[in-house]
Amino acid sequence: MGSLLSTRHLLGIKYISEADIQQIFETADEFKEVINRPIKKVPSLRDVTVANLFFENSTRTRISFELAEKRLSADVVNFSASSSSVKKGETLLDTVNNILSMKVDMVVMRHPAPGAPQFLASKIDANIINAGDGTHEHPTQALLDAYSIREHFGDLANKKICIFGDILHSRVALSNIFCLLKLGAKVRVCGPPTLIPKHINELGVEVSFDVLDSLLWCDAANVLRIQLERQDLRYFPSLREYSNFFGIHKELLDQASSDTLILHPGPINRGVEISTSVADSKQSIILDQVENGVATRMAVLYLLASSK
Amino acid sequence: MQSGKLLIGNKKFKLTIDRLCHQLIEEYGDFKDTCIVGIQPRGPFLADRIISRLNELVPDLHLKSGRIDITFYRDDFRRRDKPLSASTTELDFLLENQNVILVDDVLYTGRTVQAALTALQHYGRPNRVELMAMVDRRFNRHLPIKSDYKGLKVDALDEAYVKVLWEENGEEDSIFIYPTKPE
Repeated sequence: MGSLLSTRHLLGIKYISEADIQQIFETADEFKEVINRPIKKVPSLRDVTVANLFFENSTRTRISFELAEKRLSADVVNFSASSSSVKKGETLLDTVNNILSMKVDMVVMRHPAPGAPQFLASKIDANIINAGDGTHEHPTQALLDAYSIREHFGDLANKKICIFGDILHSRVALSNIFCLLKLGAKVRVCGPPTLIPKHINELGVEVSFDVLDSLLWCDAANVLRIQLERQDLRYFPSLREYSNFFGIHKELLDQASSDTLILHPGPINRGVEISTSVADSKQSIILDQVENGVATRMAVLYLLASSK
Repeated sequence: MQSGKLLIGNKKFKLTIDRLCHQLIEEYGDFKDTCIVGIQPRGPFLADRIISRLNELVPDLHLKSGRIDITFYRDDFRRRDKPLSASTTELDFLLENQNVILVDDVLYTGRTVQAALTALQHYGRPNRVELMAMVDRRFNRHLPIKSDYKGLKVDALDEAYVKVLWEENGEEDSIFIYPTKPE
């Protein structure tokens, strides 16, 4: 059966093509119109059941997916590891197979182990959407980030995007790099040397340790959170020192162009990687990202469901 | 492409649009609380044509117009071989208590119109909805749906394919019938 995408799973941006990304964006444009209507719902997925399996904490992504599914009229089952039989020693495959026996068509999964969605996709028949797997990828976040930038600039070709912060532990950074490069943008990463992976330049990105220089260089700055929960070592002396040397502050932003966009995938640690005045500034499109998150996830769900 | 048979040429095409406009004027008079909604992707061609001709015929015409995409409302999602890309919906007013003239180029099985009716419900409760089609293929209707205004009635075999050509697409206004649907 035909499909508008080249894949029936969204495991990572690495595995989809530029044409796929453009198709998702064009479909998201239409869903954005839908979610701004008085009645924000279409019946497209009325015979589709989606399981949201969250083996790791999430607020934004889970609510965003759930809203997207409900706006498409899908039936939704939610599952979080903290309140399930995973605690009793059940394996991932057994858990998922049990859920699939209840005739689930699509699985949205967040899991602490990188590669968990790939493993599932090779074992089961449902469409799998990766909602974040460890430090590997978070494809829908990258799609909504790129979509939000595209909304302002019209196109990403040759736009300069800098990703600031904890690149080493960030799945958002990796997915963003793949996505932005596929769309023809120039990408730079900036952060403390301890939080920038070795050999990352082989992906085709620039590396900088100078926040001001990077802010002056870029058209859009995507500021990432310090992922303390994934850090097994001390990568910098203190949060205060991190904030002083690598945080995005008003004084720095004032020196950059007033057209420079500020993005943040959330949750924000105000006063650490970004100051309140920057997060709430006119240049910040953080809340647009949240709205676009629902539209892009609707597009992903819709397009993957049609590939069944 | 296989050769088709011409059903309506350029001159008669314009006459047909004129006739449809006069039928609307007869029914709606000054078009108070009335709007025209074209079904994407080809309904808006006819809708725009009707609106521009009505503007010439009716002084001070206040007729709202929009276009609606039914991709997300289709009943063959996950059932058809080739999924469809969505087109744009432009409907910047509510349909509450409006008279809606729904417009498409060809009425055949009626499933597109059914999806459009579902889509319209999301914009409020219209006073009434009427259907205009440039071509009404009366055979092989799957649903109890009929046109209120039709340009041309075509009775043809199921395999046959009727195509409306539009100047807006760089072609000459005309309607053709083919023995089978071209690839």
